[in-house]
Amino acid sequence: MAMIEMKDVSKWYGPVQVLKDCSAAVNKGEVVVVCGPSGSGKSTLIKTVNGLEPFQRGDVLVNGISVGDPKTNLTRLRAQIGMVFQHFELFPHMSVVDNISLGQVRVLGRSRDEATARSMKLLERVGLTQHAAKYPGQLSGGQQQRVAIARALAMDPLAMLFDEPTSALDPEMINEVLDVMTELAREGMTMMVVTHEMGFASRVAHRVIFMDQGQIVEDDKKEDFFRTPRSERAQQFLSKILHH
Amino acid sequence: MLTGFDWDVIRRTAPYLFREGMTFTLTLTALAMTGGIVFGTLLAMMRLASYRTLSTAASGYVNVMRSTPLVLVIFWFYFLVPWIGGWLLGATRPIQVGAFLSSLITFMMFEAAYYCEIMRAGIQSIPRGQMWAGYALGLSYWQTMGQIVLPQAFRNMLPVLLTQTIILFQDTSLVYVLSITDFLGAASKIAQRDRGGLFRDQLRRVEPREAAPAPAGGSEPVARDSGRAPSWR
Repeated sequence: MAMIEMKDVSKWYGPVQVLKDCSAAVNKGEVVVVCGPSGSGKSTLIKTVNGLEPFQRGDVLVNGISVGDPKTNLTRLRAQIGMVFQHFELFPHMSVVDNISLGQVRVLGRSRDEATARSMKLLERVGLTQHAAKYPGQLSGGQQQRVAIARALAMDPLAMLFDEPTSALDPEMINEVLDVMTELAREGMTMMVVTHEMGFASRVAHRVIFMDQGQIVEDDKKEDFFRTPRSERAQQFLSKILHH
Repeated sequence: MLTGFDWDVIRRTAPYLFREGMTFTLTLTALAMTGGIVFGTLLAMMRLASYRTLSTAASGYVNVMRSTPLVLVIFWFYFLVPWIGGWLLGATRPIQVGAFLSSLITFMMFEAAYYCEIMRAGIQSIPRGQMWAGYALGLSYWQTMGQIVLPQAFRNMLPVLLTQTIILFQDTSLVYVLSITDFLGAASKIAQRDRGGLFRDQLRRVEPREAAPAPAGGSEPVARDSGRAPSWR
């Protein structure tokens, strides 16, 4: 069953069309990597899934609920989808544990104690228990991103969206984030990941979507994508990204 | 130059100046600041809203307020609000709005225009991703604003908000035109009482102090005094 289903999603910024009839699906428990050159619309596409980027045509269904339908309760839908951003977007004026607890208390209605207990458990999972009382500014990039993953997981999401989660990190911090993501995938989390980390894609992904100029050019099983990309554009992209 | 200045008058009138005048000035400043920041923040949120009607209305209000001299607004409010209020309520006579309430409303609404622009800059200084992160957790617009964006915007803008509040503190002296006894009002009342006495050595025609006219008499304030007995007598 498709957890996330996109049907002919199109989006314009004024006269410029940034998404052109994008159709794709992410099944339950599946890990799908979205890659492509910068400016190809990957980030915009992933943000349409939880309605952060509105679109003009087509529709996105999450667990059968339409994102484009104005009658849909978007806040409720968003609470069920975790999202991790390129620049972490932790709340700088709150401690790490409060960052993770905020949504639990305000949206899920958990008591403060309950939320804190859950937050501490998640911090243990991402290996940051001793940093609970610190503020995001006191952590390294990799640590911040792991807190951001914990914050998203605290909502017990049906699926997780990752928008270039390692692009803003120093090289030596990339792996600590990828490790958490790999473990998450092993546990069967439904994941949609925009990334340039082809190593991660070839190890963890089930499928790879390749985008160029707002279009989904390829949507293949991982093995097929890396061995025999069909489009010339994907071949060029892979040769550039894999040979250095 | 100030050799003839009667320094003692300050000591004698200090209780009146501060207990009456400064208390009023500080009260008005504090209330107008609170109301102005709340109303100004709402205006800033309206200005940044994606609904045309809201943002046009807010920016229209801010531009009108910022291009009008404060004294004019104080006058207009004082004289017009009773009539408009009466007209709105369908009363035959203008409603009673005291000088204090009138000046408080005036300052709240006037300062809100300035606080709005400060808060607008503050909100815009917060990266868009913070809003996204709030939404992605399932927070509503008001929750995201209240929990995430505004606390940060407020902190970033604290120095400018303080500057604007100091300006407000100084501007409250303009309630003088409504004959309210703020700090300046209190001082000028004493000056009137001691007219000719304060700088008597500098004046050519020295009047005996006892002959100084009564303080409320014949000076320019437009509105009538509240009738409260001045405590410096």
